[in-house]
Amino acid sequence: MLIRTSPPDIKDPVSFDIHLPSCEKHILSNGVEVYALNMGTEDALMINWVFKAGNCYEDKKTLAAATNYLLKNGTSRLSAFALSEHFEYYGAYLNRSCYNETSEISLHCLSKHIGKLIPAVSEIIADSVYPEKELDIFIQNSRQKLTVNLKKCEFVASRLIDAYLFGEAHPYGKYSNLEDYEALRRDDLLRFYNTYYRQGSCMIMAAGKLPDNLIDLLEKEIGRLPLRSFHGDVEALTYDFTPAAQKKYRVINDEQGVQAAIRIARHFPNRKHPDFQKAMVLNNIYGGYFGSRLMANIREDKGYTYGIYSFLLNHVHQSGWMISTEAGREVSEDTITEAYREMEILRRTPVSEEELRLTQNFMIGTILGDLDGPFQVASRWKNLILNGLDEQYFYNAVQTIKTITAEELQAIANKYLLPEEFYELVVI
Amino acid sequence: MIQFNRFTLGNGLRVIVHEDHSTPMAVVNVMYDVGARDEDPSKTGFAHLFEHLMFGGSVNIRDFETPLNMAGGENNAYTTNDINNYYIQLPAENLETALWLESDRMLSLAFSKKSLDVQKKVVCEEFKEHYINKPYGDSWFKLREMAYRQHPYRWMTIGSELGHIENASLNDVKAFFHKHYCPVNAILVIAGNITVSRARELVEKWFSDIPPGEKYVRNLTPEPQQKEERRLTVKADVPLDALYKCWHMDSRLEHGYYVADLITEALGGGSSSRLYQALVKEKQLFSGIECYHFGSVEKGLLAIEGKLVKGVRMEDAEKAVEDELKKIKEEGISETELTKIKNKTESAIAFEDMSVMARANNLAFYELLGDANLFNEDREKYFSVSSADILNYSRKIFDVNNSNTLCYYSEN
Repeated sequence: MLIRTSPPDIKDPVSFDIHLPSCEKHILSNGVEVYALNMGTEDALMINWVFKAGNCYEDKKTLAAATNYLLKNGTSRLSAFALSEHFEYYGAYLNRSCYNETSEISLHCLSKHIGKLIPAVSEIIADSVYPEKELDIFIQNSRQKLTVNLKKCEFVASRLIDAYLFGEAHPYGKYSNLEDYEALRRDDLLRFYNTYYRQGSCMIMAAGKLPDNLIDLLEKEIGRLPLRSFHGDVEALTYDFTPAAQKKYRVINDEQGVQAAIRIARHFPNRKHPDFQKAMVLNNIYGGYFGSRLMANIREDKGYTYGIYSFLLNHVHQSGWMISTEAGREVSEDTITEAYREMEILRRTPVSEEELRLTQNFMIGTILGDLDGPFQVASRWKNLILNGLDEQYFYNAVQTIKTITAEELQAIANKYLLPEEFYELVVI
Repeated sequence: MIQFNRFTLGNGLRVIVHEDHSTPMAVVNVMYDVGARDEDPSKTGFAHLFEHLMFGGSVNIRDFETPLNMAGGENNAYTTNDINNYYIQLPAENLETALWLESDRMLSLAFSKKSLDVQKKVVCEEFKEHYINKPYGDSWFKLREMAYRQHPYRWMTIGSELGHIENASLNDVKAFFHKHYCPVNAILVIAGNITVSRARELVEKWFSDIPPGEKYVRNLTPEPQQKEERRLTVKADVPLDALYKCWHMDSRLEHGYYVADLITEALGGGSSSRLYQALVKEKQLFSGIECYHFGSVEKGLLAIEGKLVKGVRMEDAEKAVEDELKKIKEEGISETELTKIKNKTESAIAFEDMSVMARANNLAFYELLGDANLFNEDREKYFSVSSADILNYSRKIFDVNNSNTLCYYSEN
């Protein structure tokens, strides 16, 4: 007789051995490190070029992002169109992205085409020319996109909460206004490009089923460029860390708005702090996934929102702990009250044994799933390297998940989940 | 080439097993042959609302999420105009937990009043978040209604209005469940680090005693061929004017579908595509422009949408789009361009196939279309498209009498 009312036996994921596939390290003759993860079954790969060229190096707002975006919009030999056509002809995706400390060029392609594609990336790194016309189009279209985004409460809220937490002048807190785009000059971009890309600090992360000649090809095409090791010193600009004095904000962005974007956030130390991994576990219980307490209460019990999540910000130097949701306009204040109520419960009452085991199993299961596939593993490695950590940190984090106790979690809650420490913002 | 095994249980449940021992995980994908197209026009949004209710407890299991998380698993679901799909990923050792959960909700839901009341609110917030509280959020409601007069692709998956969701009753929910959520209307795919024999044993254990249910025979009114140009003008509180155009195209298994897919790639895929190069870069009429289609099972829509550069007149922008279409209709595309869009398609397929979850989902979808093996034939179908096909098909669909145009004006 089949018994449907009780679950089948499981093997507790907490008992699994988690193994982070290892990464091979090569150093090109100019000092650029290449981290290679050879795994996967499809003949496809990803190569990331990571530069110390994030917005903490810019002296003008949006300069780092603009320089990054326009990298592939023309070299002295090829126009923006010809470059795009080259990559797309070989079915490749060439993306750029810009963060606070770093920026990237990433190439996804079938392994058989790398001989045609890596030289083109090399050309971009060595010889981007930033045509005036390309910059003009970028400025015009970025301004238009921004005007559309400014109509969205969640976009406005995400900008403001970062500015409250870190200060508007800080790389983690600043945001672009229409006039910042207008102020960009071609010379600014060329100067930034020369310093931080052409002669910049670079590392390479390659993942997938890697062809045998990959390292030779990188040596030939990238190793000859005037780049520097990623681990040399680059002088970063210094910033004022100026959090706002006022903690609570209510903003009307659209009188007709039917929803409110809510952000509640506090400062939190970075990954190297001993509380960080424990807070990751507590965060999971509080608002880190679909089965979390915030979701159970505010979505699954009250139906105030389509989703509510909490998370620790992925910053290198200084993190933050944030709660984020879009909720019905008329229930927005009640949503905030409930978010604080869930903090209080975590401070007062230890997490039950059952919920702790659930959280541990879920988190280990998620890591196991995340390590499935070369790109996901590469992204773990990249995060470790960029934060100045090694694989031991990863294994320690796994160990923390496996061994943390309800008392430790309650202590973290009492230390950090304190409403008076949180900034609170509602944008309608 | 994706390998798989197929069998059917006595109650009609179709099962596909795809072994992949390079991953420690297993995926369970259950696809039900029901989507928004199967809704009553006065009760739209139901298939999607129902998807939410599938997480509100089943007849023997009060809580779906907790035991799955306990086994280290994650899950989600989605609804389209065509189908309803549920997927779980978990460590392969705990596969049985997923089958226990999925089989119980196929057997019967708990039909809790509380769950219905809460999920109605949640879906209304989802509706607001994506379609009301967002500039241009209503554009596709209007375009679908313009392009379809008869066929249920007229409405969005989320529903045509909030009221339909607010009025859903427990009786509606029960009737919908019994009509669609049964073994004969479902496809189960198990993929990942499992063997066929073990999968079969577990599937038989958990699914074979579920009553088969009645086969749902879809009998939808086909959309009559459009024979006149359709246009609509809207003014709203948005910062920029926007232009939307769409045309009827072939259904998922017709040759024309593959041609249309490649046409969207030529026109709008990436920064070397025709529309982007001509209208954003050279003429600077649009700040962004896209060309796409919906991958619909039945005859779908191919669309172009773009936001106009401030100060550009709608007529000029539309004329420029028409000029690009005229070009492809008169000159077709070169062999080099055809190779480019095929290469892009080839690598898109390769990247998608890297994920065992995507493979499981695709096997279920193609089986629903008639045969899981069609999945393996797709690549060849794209490669067999010729430049003459592109020329002829462009002429066929980019006909003014097959076109629907929405001019979305900023009132500021």
